[in-house]
Amino acid sequence: MTEAVVDFPKNFKEALNDNQLRRNLRAAMDTMGQRRRNLFADLDALERLRARGDAIRWRALRQLPDLLEQLEKKCTENGIQVHWAETPAEANQICLGIIQRHHASRIIKGKSMVSEEMHLNHFLDEQGIEALETDLGEYIIQLDHETPSHIIVPAIHKNRDQIARLFHEKIPNAPYTEVVEELNAIARKVLREKFFAGEVGVSGVNFAVAETGTLCLVENEGNGRMCTTAPPVHIAVMGLEKVVERLEDVPPLLRLLTGSATGQLITTYFNMITSPRQPGEKDGPQEVHLVLLDNGRTKIWADPELRQTLKCIRCGACMNHCPVYTRLGGHAYGYVYPGPIGSMLTPQLEGLDHAGAMAGASTFCGACEEVCPVKIPITTVLRRLRTESYRKTDAPNAVKGHGYKRTLAESLTWQGWALSNATPWLNALNAKLLGLAGPHLSKLPQVGLLKHWGQSRALPPFAAKSLHVLAKEKGIADE
Amino acid sequence: MSNARANILARLRAVAPQEPAATPEPDFYPAAKLGHADRIAQIKRLMEHMHAEVIVTDPQHWIAALKDALRARRLNGLLYGPAGPLGAALEANWDGELPPLVGYTEAVEQCKERLFALDAGITSTRGAVADVGALMLWPDANEPRLLSLVPAVHIAVLEATQIHDSLADAIARERWAEGMPTNALLISGPSKTADIELVLTFGVHGPKELIVLILDDQEV
Amino acid sequence: MPTHPEKVYFFGTCLIDLCYPQAGMAGIALLQREGIQVVYPQAQSCCGQPAYNSGFPEEAKKVARQQLKAFPKDYPIIVPSGSCGGMLKHHYPQLFAGEPEAAEAQRFASRVFELTEFLVKMLDVKLEDRGQPIKVTWHSTCSALREMRVIEYSKSLLRQLKNVELIELQRERECCGFGGSFSVKQADISSAMVADKVADIEQTGASMVLSGDCGCLMNIGGALRHRNIPIPAQHVAEFLLERTQ
Repeated sequence: MTEAVVDFPKNFKEALNDNQLRRNLRAAMDTMGQRRRNLFADLDALERLRARGDAIRWRALRQLPDLLEQLEKKCTENGIQVHWAETPAEANQICLGIIQRHHASRIIKGKSMVSEEMHLNHFLDEQGIEALETDLGEYIIQLDHETPSHIIVPAIHKNRDQIARLFHEKIPNAPYTEVVEELNAIARKVLREKFFAGEVGVSGVNFAVAETGTLCLVENEGNGRMCTTAPPVHIAVMGLEKVVERLEDVPPLLRLLTGSATGQLITTYFNMITSPRQPGEKDGPQEVHLVLLDNGRTKIWADPELRQTLKCIRCGACMNHCPVYTRLGGHAYGYVYPGPIGSMLTPQLEGLDHAGAMAGASTFCGACEEVCPVKIPITTVLRRLRTESYRKTDAPNAVKGHGYKRTLAESLTWQGWALSNATPWLNALNAKLLGLAGPHLSKLPQVGLLKHWGQSRALPPFAAKSLHVLAKEKGIADE
Repeated sequence: MSNARANILARLRAVAPQEPAATPEPDFYPAAKLGHADRIAQIKRLMEHMHAEVIVTDPQHWIAALKDALRARRLNGLLYGPAGPLGAALEANWDGELPPLVGYTEAVEQCKERLFALDAGITSTRGAVADVGALMLWPDANEPRLLSLVPAVHIAVLEATQIHDSLADAIARERWAEGMPTNALLISGPSKTADIELVLTFGVHGPKELIVLILDDQEV
Repeated sequence: MPTHPEKVYFFGTCLIDLCYPQAGMAGIALLQREGIQVVYPQAQSCCGQPAYNSGFPEEAKKVARQQLKAFPKDYPIIVPSGSCGGMLKHHYPQLFAGEPEAAEAQRFASRVFELTEFLVKMLDVKLEDRGQPIKVTWHSTCSALREMRVIEYSKSLLRQLKNVELIELQRERECCGFGGSFSVKQADISSAMVADKVADIEQTGASMVLSGDCGCLMNIGGALRHRNIPIPAQHVAEFLLERTQ
């Protein structure tokens, strides 16, 4: 499904003016940052752990085709049926096929960003199939017909009074209460009935271990276990980059994931699924399906620099520490993945011509890189995407939508800038002119660059005499 | 069947390997090597921090501790696995004043309503992991998966000698890679969420209460 | 490299050249005071970062080559900016990877020091405060913090000044919203970020905000002046020189 064209400037402006959103986000990001710092108090140990995580993800990505085949082989031996999908549409059809074969109409879902990428709920809804989100945050936003604003805490943009009103209006017989424990109890009661009645459970996958054919899931609420245990059919959807080589790779990644995401030593549950119900067992799904989704990942993988994007373990630490995300929230980004990971991934999946603006929504402060548990060089990837935005080429590795931003005006501007800075006498002339014009800039019509800078700042104080001139006057040596 | 698999693998294999040699893999967070008493203390501390109730007892007294815990609550029954490690001991020591023992002996399709109506369930454990404070469970035919998930109260019996220092340790020593079960679990406390304004609350979709009985049979 | 070299190069940075030349002169004076001969090649201009970060690496390389040419000798290259310093030290080798200038860029990069880093690490500068008591606050520029990792050098110099009380910002490490072209290409987000930085500065009660980067100073100082807040934003080199003259 093609996204509607996202109006980034409009979205950003609206988000920046939404004071409640900004308050919520600031408080939440501060809290999550602090929890992470508290957990990873030993910085040397953290650096070793990150280096290990980086190495594990590189080792897995390096062997991606072999590991995917090994994963498929082991899963199949264990009784898990493996499906491959190049596009979200294919993945949706695969899920639909399974659901229809079982004549199911009540699907219960654990949180899965890939299923958001697939727009699975919308697709199933069009087929008359209810796909109910069971993660509390996802349940809340589904009730309000919204998308998640954060990959770990999807309803972070909402206050308790908003949720109270939502529950009271949308859930039959729900009283109005702003007490968080009571709101949880309402959700527990409603969802328990759904767990009981669910016909197919859908989940994501945090790590898929090729060595043993094991799907690993982290969660705190128990809804994930419910979705993967109670219904007779379980469908797990996964981006194909999530495979890891060995079982022993799991503990370091698990520590990095739970620690980076929410500052936890471990989540309430760590769920490792290796097969459907075996003979003699009393419960668990009789069918387990794994859907491997490409959706542009193989293209990203082919580029050694951009491949770094695929190391991501979806912890959310990057957005928790991003000063831009903190002021915009996830919805303003308009796509499934926001923040730094979203800015790397989305333009590559959707095309720079659609989502290239995300790569521009960064000061390259590096706060995200500093906390990324698998050491993705995020600013390097974003810089590459900016370069691709202007790149005119036939090279096969060029990012989708490359060159979309290229204009004669900007190209000439940078060429002029380069000429001036590479030619000392031109540079000197330029400095002199700016020194003369400087005090008078405020008298010019405040349009373009002047307007953008001047909306909140005094104009730059261009000096009458540049450092070149002062240094020469002072007799500083020139060799 | 689409050509997705072939196309995906072909695209991946069309790319010649480019990286330099393997990146070094340092040891991470090596878990402290704890003594027996410290392992128990660590499990208790970490799990209580996550709102589990942890009772350290011994093989002679655990049933009594269990009965105390049950009497302190109003429960309509205790689900258990009769053919599991605890089954015989429970049956032999039960009395009529306690909530009735209900065996999870049929496929869930036959007993789902009853299962979802029961207040409490008891399981053995495979052990625990001290560095993070979590129980290890490998549910099986005798103690099914939903037993530790559906009832609001989950009681877990842990042998202190089966506490590992870390998950990495457990995986290595017990050679999990040679054969994983249908389902392996780590459980660190009752269910919880912070999805509403990051306010932490306990008892969401999984059990609201987790009671851990640690059987320590070593002399102090 | 000898810790107390006879001669150093000074890379002024284009922002200092055009808008804050006094900060550049102060940096040169601080070095000269330690008995070092400073060379300021007139052929220098810009490190190339604006083009590099905007997505124009070829133009950035063109300008970078000029800097390689302008600083040919083996002297340390002192830069009064973590941002430009980071570009020269960390990005030039990447920019020229696989190009004929690759080895030269590596050598060049290995000679680059941020100003306060050099003053502390190599010169072990001792400062005597001759000024009146003052409360200041410090903004950690992102590159100085995360790329060049020189913040502690800057702060240690400030802490040597006995009449200067350094009050730390609540969010010292948070980006001020400059980001080069980001400040005009994403003006709304940039304005929101600098507004928060200004509020943070005000709540410290400091009479001055200091930083090691003129990009941030232009942004933060500009925002303070726009709001008529009488808190000057000054480069740490200027401040150190004034306090110790």
